[in-house]
Amino acid sequence: MKKYTDTGKKDTRSGFGAGLLEAGKRDSRVLALTADLKGSVKMDAFAAEFPERFIECGIAEANMVGVAAGLAITGKVPFIGSFAEFVTGRVYDQLRQEVAYGHTNVKIASSHAGVTLGEDGATHQTMEDIALMRALPGMVVLVPCDYNQTKNATVAAAAWEGPVYLRFGRPSVANFTPEDEPFEIGKVYNLNEGKDVSIIACGHLVWEALQAAEALEAEGISAEVLNVPTIKPLDTEAIAASLRKTGCAVVAEEHNMAGGLGEAVAGVAAAHCPTPLEFVNGKDRFGQSGTPAELMAAYGLNAEAIREAAKKAIGRK
Amino acid sequence: MQDITTLQRTASQVRRDIVRMVSAAKSGHPGGSLGITDVMTALYFSEMHHDPATWTRSGKGQDVFIISAGHLAPVYYSVLARSGYFPVAELGTLRKFGTRLQGHPCVTDHLPGVFKPSGSLGQGLSTAAGIALGKKLDGDPNRVYVLCGDGESEEGQIWEAGMWAAHHKVDNLIAFTDWNGQQIDGPTTTVTGIEDLREKWSAFGWDVIEADGHDFESILKAFELAHALNGKPKMILFRTEMGHGVDYMAGSHKWHGKAPSTEECERALAQLEETLGDY
Repeated sequence: MKKYTDTGKKDTRSGFGAGLLEAGKRDSRVLALTADLKGSVKMDAFAAEFPERFIECGIAEANMVGVAAGLAITGKVPFIGSFAEFVTGRVYDQLRQEVAYGHTNVKIASSHAGVTLGEDGATHQTMEDIALMRALPGMVVLVPCDYNQTKNATVAAAAWEGPVYLRFGRPSVANFTPEDEPFEIGKVYNLNEGKDVSIIACGHLVWEALQAAEALEAEGISAEVLNVPTIKPLDTEAIAASLRKTGCAVVAEEHNMAGGLGEAVAGVAAAHCPTPLEFVNGKDRFGQSGTPAELMAAYGLNAEAIREAAKKAIGRK
Repeated sequence: MQDITTLQRTASQVRRDIVRMVSAAKSGHPGGSLGITDVMTALYFSEMHHDPATWTRSGKGQDVFIISAGHLAPVYYSVLARSGYFPVAELGTLRKFGTRLQGHPCVTDHLPGVFKPSGSLGQGLSTAAGIALGKKLDGDPNRVYVLCGDGESEEGQIWEAGMWAAHHKVDNLIAFTDWNGQQIDGPTTTVTGIEDLREKWSAFGWDVIEADGHDFESILKAFELAHALNGKPKMILFRTEMGHGVDYMAGSHKWHGKAPSTEECERALAQLEETLGDY
């Protein structure tokens, strides 16, 4: 199978920070707002380069959403950054009315998503945010997989006209996508052609999917690996084509079952090409304290879990 | 800019519009709209620098008005139509299927004059503050006005916005509160005690002005006072009476969200002079 090389572990939130700085250099309308988490969400470089375009909002996320919506009405391109839970669940109604229904050009920079936030525990680890954001009409939902792709997705989000939810994380993970690959919103990236099973993944699970595909290859199983960084609007055609080719799939994500990529793919399968699907996700649980690696193992969110699910899916064909 | 006699005549027509619109829709919120009519009339026909002919949603080059208490939609739609943002005939479509005049304001069908959706309470002050900051960043000297309810001020986000706007010295922001002392479940004093609004806003670092929301001289003077102040956002507390201008609605929270019947509508219209022609 196609080889991917980890060029050095990096956190996807730093990819966002680099992308925000780049977007800020390209477009003077780009602003950054945070709720007392400038360093955590990697807005420091932007704030140092463009101090007059960085707006501190304090620990008041609801107000931050409204301020950003107002700035967007005047023609700015504001990014609001906080932990994933605090910039989705905490402010769902504000995002619904002022951003989605109000169609304001606000970009939601959602850091520390999923259980890999780690030691802080479940109050800070959202496994429900993709569901909430997918439910909002018109919201673009992006879950890039590594540092490079998060950087490029941030630049693409800034250039997109309309609300965008951009999810990324805290731990250092493999960085393997091309450094300067332009990010296309709505595109599925086929990382490995295969014929026996499709592994459809987003975020931190994409690297795990590649590891699983390598292990499966050693067992004589040909796995197709789709990186789906745009959960909405979903490239229905690319997913249906892969399902038709392989006849079964595993959907892997660092999110719970309800409302995640898994259900989105299940919707495609049901409508276009009913096939056996297996799911690697947090099921219906809250997180807990631990290291990212411990939690990924405990919640079954790794290459080994994907490999087993793939064999199960193939067995159901 | 209208003189006080003309403003009074305009306000009478706006009140007729409100009663007729809500009665025809058989649902809606007449009480609050009637109570803030004089302030809204002064705002749109004297105070604000705005031009329907060149209006865009970005608000560039003009003053901006944001309605935070979105259930006051009837008075908002009436002053917009009477200002020339859209045909007055459209007022008759309030709350009806397919209308641009949704039960609470929205931007989906690009109704001219409307900047954002409102309805879920407590959010408009933040957005208005954001627009005001945007104007400052752009060097646009125009102002941003925002209408909040006193009951609405029970929402925590109002106070988040209050703290933020004062800290960032957003002094091109003029907020005003429809201080009628009534909300759905009764007088505000019995619901949560949101009173002492003057002390609260002063403590949050705002310039606070109190005025009689049914006296055009007092209303215009309050705006004038606000213009003379710099460095802080301004809050004008307009003392108003819910249902003002219609005797059987005046002063009662019972007409917060209830539509008058055809008969009740006629009784109300008999008390309000038709000055500009009904839609």
